[in-house]
Amino acid sequence: MTKRKFGLGLSLMLAAGTMLAACGSDEDTSNGDTGSGDGGSSEETSDFSVAMVTDVGGVDDKSFNQSAWEGLQAFGEENGLEKGDGGFDYLQSASDADYNTNLNNLIRRDFDVVYGIGFLMEGAVKEIAEQQPDAQIAIIDAVVDAPNVASVLFKEQEGAFLAGVAAALMTETGKVGFVGGMEIPVIERFEAGFLAGVEAADPAVEVDVQYTGAFDKAELGKTTANRMYSAGADIVFHAAGGTGNGVFTEAKERKEADPDTNIWVIGVDADQYDEGQVGDANVTLTSVLKGVDQAVIDISNQAMEGNFPGGETLTYGLAEDGVGLADSRGAITEDVMAKIDEYKEKIASGEIVVPETLEN
Amino acid sequence: MSTRATNILVPVISVILGLIVGAIIMLISGYNPIDGYAALWNGIFGDLYTIGETIRQITPYLLAGLAVAFAFRSGLFNIGVEGQLIVGWFAAAYVGVAVELPMIIHLPLAILAAAAAGALWGFVPGLLKAKFHVHEVIVTIMMNYIALHTTNALIKTVSGGGDRTESIFASASLRSEFLENLTEFSRLHYGIIIALVMVGVMWFILEKTTLGFELKAVGFNHNASQYAGMNVNKNIILAMVISGAFAGLGGAMEALGTFEYVSSKAGFTGIGFDGIAVALLGMNTPLGVIFGATLFGSLKYGALNMPNAAGIPLEIVEIVIAVIIFFVASGYIIRLFLLRAAKKKEAK
Repeated sequence: MTKRKFGLGLSLMLAAGTMLAACGSDEDTSNGDTGSGDGGSSEETSDFSVAMVTDVGGVDDKSFNQSAWEGLQAFGEENGLEKGDGGFDYLQSASDADYNTNLNNLIRRDFDVVYGIGFLMEGAVKEIAEQQPDAQIAIIDAVVDAPNVASVLFKEQEGAFLAGVAAALMTETGKVGFVGGMEIPVIERFEAGFLAGVEAADPAVEVDVQYTGAFDKAELGKTTANRMYSAGADIVFHAAGGTGNGVFTEAKERKEADPDTNIWVIGVDADQYDEGQVGDANVTLTSVLKGVDQAVIDISNQAMEGNFPGGETLTYGLAEDGVGLADSRGAITEDVMAKIDEYKEKIASGEIVVPETLEN
Repeated sequence: MSTRATNILVPVISVILGLIVGAIIMLISGYNPIDGYAALWNGIFGDLYTIGETIRQITPYLLAGLAVAFAFRSGLFNIGVEGQLIVGWFAAAYVGVAVELPMIIHLPLAILAAAAAGALWGFVPGLLKAKFHVHEVIVTIMMNYIALHTTNALIKTVSGGGDRTESIFASASLRSEFLENLTEFSRLHYGIIIALVMVGVMWFILEKTTLGFELKAVGFNHNASQYAGMNVNKNIILAMVISGAFAGLGGAMEALGTFEYVSSKAGFTGIGFDGIAVALLGMNTPLGVIFGATLFGSLKYGALNMPNAAGIPLEIVEIVIAVIIFFVASGYIIRLFLLRAAKKKEAK
């Protein structure tokens, strides 16, 4: 018995030895490969390339990062680019310590424009922009004052206002909910707009506002939504990224248990209709669209023509089609739709100015 | 087989086994393990920038490892390093933002504030353990949550409703242009020197002072220590306070070096929890902590380059890194195996 173990140990060690040797030599050759690869991409400087760094959400967060990545993919497809060096690519951040490294890595790989997706990346973008004055960086949802940084802001409050109108007019219980991610200016714009919209359409409707403190905790979103629905809310608007997926889960479970319940979710950032599908029914009332993809494509196009809007702050609102409501696919009745369109025009024309912050 | 040969063979074999299993995982998921490991290697040692960033990543791990190891030597399991690190981070950043002083006062003050905050956070479980025999594992775990949410609330107050403080004044910063220029703008800062000095401090306390002797004695057997006339309660509290101070300093590294601010966190940083593994890998000795922290920091930082250079998704990378550390930590199994093999040989 012990003899066999010894033999096994010996063969294991032998195997390990050969693997190690193999690793050593292969590593050398692949080092050479990457070296020549780098040389290749720097030769083709005429080609335009773009890349982005996600926050901790990742490109499959069904929301903000995903929307940006879809924009990059669309831009790449339009211009015949491929994923990887010299085309379009992304790096995901595992923690907020990684933003600097990821931005730096992409700039060192010679991408022409590098996007920092999200408010949380403000500090990192600022620092890297100073260190790499030749790099072209764009940041979404924050303003970084540097000549080589383009800042993109959205008037989330305008889209959220329309969602508030829709919720106030569609609710049957007279109670609606708002689930926020972290209490940062972007999310507070959503909240302020939503509250203003409800107030404008029907001041009698009650709004339950809850923040979960995270963008990547679906379980928190689920418990929060559970509390809201149990307390009588029938429409919940979430502005919480991945946390909001839990809101959908809760709503779908309730719909599945009892198909006659009348509960809805309003999605955020991208059209989240697919998220709300449960059997033949769907719990997605509509989604507040945030044209991150469109902004990414816009800036990439401008940069490709040599007009990178460095040092500028671009704002996308209803008037610019940067925000809006997704197709409700019949969930919102036509008379309510008409009301929403009315408000939409008033906001676009400047007749109604939606507050950015909460007044208190 | 001599013990020395075993001591060298064990870590080597465990790292190799870890790499092999990691390679298999990458192969199964359809990625090229050779590219992956090349990317890992380049992510750690590729150029001056990555080396600088790797050392930066190692710095807080060193202090977190020291904190866990120090408590462990006194027979205490400090799971609260994470919370102590977070309060230290906040304290250092707060001092860095709130006042402007000459660097010679400001920087030490910020560092001391972090150590004091961490020490305070360690004092509470120490006191409860000593006076009321409340198990320190439970208390420290709960203190982590208190730390996380208290600092988040404080950050909101300090920043006037925002989610991060202003950047600290340059006079409190550990960053250095010299080191940055040396490493192509990495975030390498002088904190590494503080961390290495603290390794020496821990060694000195444990090996050269009466306090250290008593702490270790309490760790081995607190009944015997009591019988020998030592004040066990005092030693328990002191061990937690010093451990917490190390952890607080780890937070200062993030506050004054890496980030230069503190932002509200949705969850734990993980550095404190990884510190437990760092300490155990290093067998709770000061020198061992250096090796543990180096391994952890290098793998964590180098792993970032795997999605970048080899296109392997972050999730797979994290599994591979975990597998490597898993095998390193299971070195005991390999040691047992080698010893049995050696005995068998002798018997022949």
